[in-house]
Amino acid sequence: MSTKASRSAARLMLAPAVILLLGWMLVPLTLTLIFSFQRYLPLRGGFQGWVGFENYVRFVTSSAFWPSVQATVIIVGGVLLITVTLGILLAILLDQPMWGQGIVRILVIAPFFVMPTVSGLVWKNMFMDPNNGLLSHLWRFFGADPVIWLSDASMLSIILIVSWQWLPFATLILLTAIQSLDSEQLEAAEMDGAPVLSRFWHIILPHLSRAVTIVILIQTIFLLAIFAEIFVTTQGSFGTRTLTYLIFQRVLESQNVGLGSAGGIYAVILANIFALFLMRIVGKNLDR
Amino acid sequence: MGQIVLEQVTKSFGDVTVIPPLDLTIEDGEFTVFVGPSGCGKSTLLRLIAGLEDVTSGEIRIDGKECSTIPPAKRGLAMVFQSYALYPHMTVRKNIAFPLRMAGLDRAEQDRRVVQAAAVLNLTDYLDRRPGQLSGGQRQRVAIGRAIVREPAAFLFDEPLSNLDAALRVGMRLEISELHNRLKTTMIYVTHDQVEAMTMADKIVVLRAGHIEQVGSPLQLYRAPRNLFVAGFIGSPKMNLIEGPEAARHNATTIGIRPEHIAISATEGRWSGTVGVSEHLGSDTFFHVQDTGLGESVTVRADGEVSFRHGDRIFLTPRDDMIHRFDAKGLRIA
Repeated sequence: MSTKASRSAARLMLAPAVILLLGWMLVPLTLTLIFSFQRYLPLRGGFQGWVGFENYVRFVTSSAFWPSVQATVIIVGGVLLITVTLGILLAILLDQPMWGQGIVRILVIAPFFVMPTVSGLVWKNMFMDPNNGLLSHLWRFFGADPVIWLSDASMLSIILIVSWQWLPFATLILLTAIQSLDSEQLEAAEMDGAPVLSRFWHIILPHLSRAVTIVILIQTIFLLAIFAEIFVTTQGSFGTRTLTYLIFQRVLESQNVGLGSAGGIYAVILANIFALFLMRIVGKNLDR
Repeated sequence: MGQIVLEQVTKSFGDVTVIPPLDLTIEDGEFTVFVGPSGCGKSTLLRLIAGLEDVTSGEIRIDGKECSTIPPAKRGLAMVFQSYALYPHMTVRKNIAFPLRMAGLDRAEQDRRVVQAAAVLNLTDYLDRRPGQLSGGQRQRVAIGRAIVREPAAFLFDEPLSNLDAALRVGMRLEISELHNRLKTTMIYVTHDQVEAMTMADKIVVLRAGHIEQVGSPLQLYRAPRNLFVAGFIGSPKMNLIEGPEAARHNATTIGIRPEHIAISATEGRWSGTVGVSEHLGSDTFFHVQDTGLGESVTVRADGEVSFRHGDRIFLTPRDDMIHRFDAKGLRIA
């Protein structure tokens, strides 16, 4: 890629992909922006004129807005906490030499291959069902009243389901990070008189810090948009209505495309603020 | 204090015996070098002493105290690793202070010892850098600093110079010897490089397949190798080993003569041959002489100014008092 000719050829060949990607992103974004300034109710008269920022004001002032932001933050935070903590522990466990390591590792990764809709339904019907779910049988076995998971502990249920799905991802990335740790460093720390916990705290954890940041960044971006798990379980009731789900309800249940689009733009801005914030932390961490 | 005694120590990994029963005493203050070809068990032996591997049987006594089941940190030994094993996320200061922090020393005492060690090792200007910002030699010194501050009974070095370039290696060799002279602490040093062994050691332990082939001072090993293996391993270039009628003339199965103990002449001598490759080092020249009728080619050391060309016919005369004789089992005949 050094000569002038090869550079312009490269640009020419990259062009279709870049144009496609830009189109893919820009067309929906522009449409959303346009809709957000309209009063647009497809089943109740369609386009009813431009309304300026009215949709934006209505979306934020609606009583459902702040609870939905809160629900989003709790779900994202809870899932991150569980996946990162358990991910580190699992990664250390899987790093130990053991019989059948290959198969165990594949099994650990398996949940990641299950589609969100399917896993949501499996958890809802096979585990959390108050009558026939495995968990309710377990509770009854110990003589306790079964928990009605999806209504009584709705938030926890959603967090559990999503964590189960994302734990393999965290484990996998953290496992590769742990495997790159020089064993002589651990031996040196052992010689230096560091007991197991200190070695974890002073050697392993700092070594993992980059991988942890990357896991948090990537997961956050995907977790902000979780939808299927909520759709097939609680349908946004019992306090599990996230920002994403609220937008879906505004557009499809209330058939108010304008209002939903305004929410969509808010979500885009929020996600970008978050991404920017995270990128700076990651940048700081990667600098070392 | 730092006398280390190994008694009937063995180590096996599963069915594979790496160290057959082995006895060894390392006196307090001695610079002992374990040397041998790769895979001879020298690193394993060091790790057994350090406590990073468990002995299969036998006793390790440090200052008379049985230590073979005590965890590494409690043995009072410090180790310098081949890869330096510095903690990349800590500054040099924190790296050196780490063992002190783990020992629970107070901050002032930690600082005092770190500054002292840094002064000894010329690291004062680098205390606030991270290992990634240091050169190979500096990293090596940080690793040594981390060992020094613990004031251990003995230092263990596991091939510490093998990651450095040749010039730096010579420099660090001197620094480590200098350090030993100053601290007078027991040091055990593992290397596969016999030059390092010869130049640094008070006592060399030559190992092969977990067996101790010979223990002695560098010159003892050089002058009187106990068997063919030691004879071939110690000394550079290698000793010429000659079998057949020439050996029989000396009542031996094999005789050995070092390249530096053969006189070279253009006109007369006991053996004759043609010059093959010659290596000019400036101070010395090594000739590899072929067609001597003694088996393989014979290596001869000559003064740097002696110039023979490839294919020249030359004559060689070994110094009779420097001929080493070995019997059919490869053992030295006194």
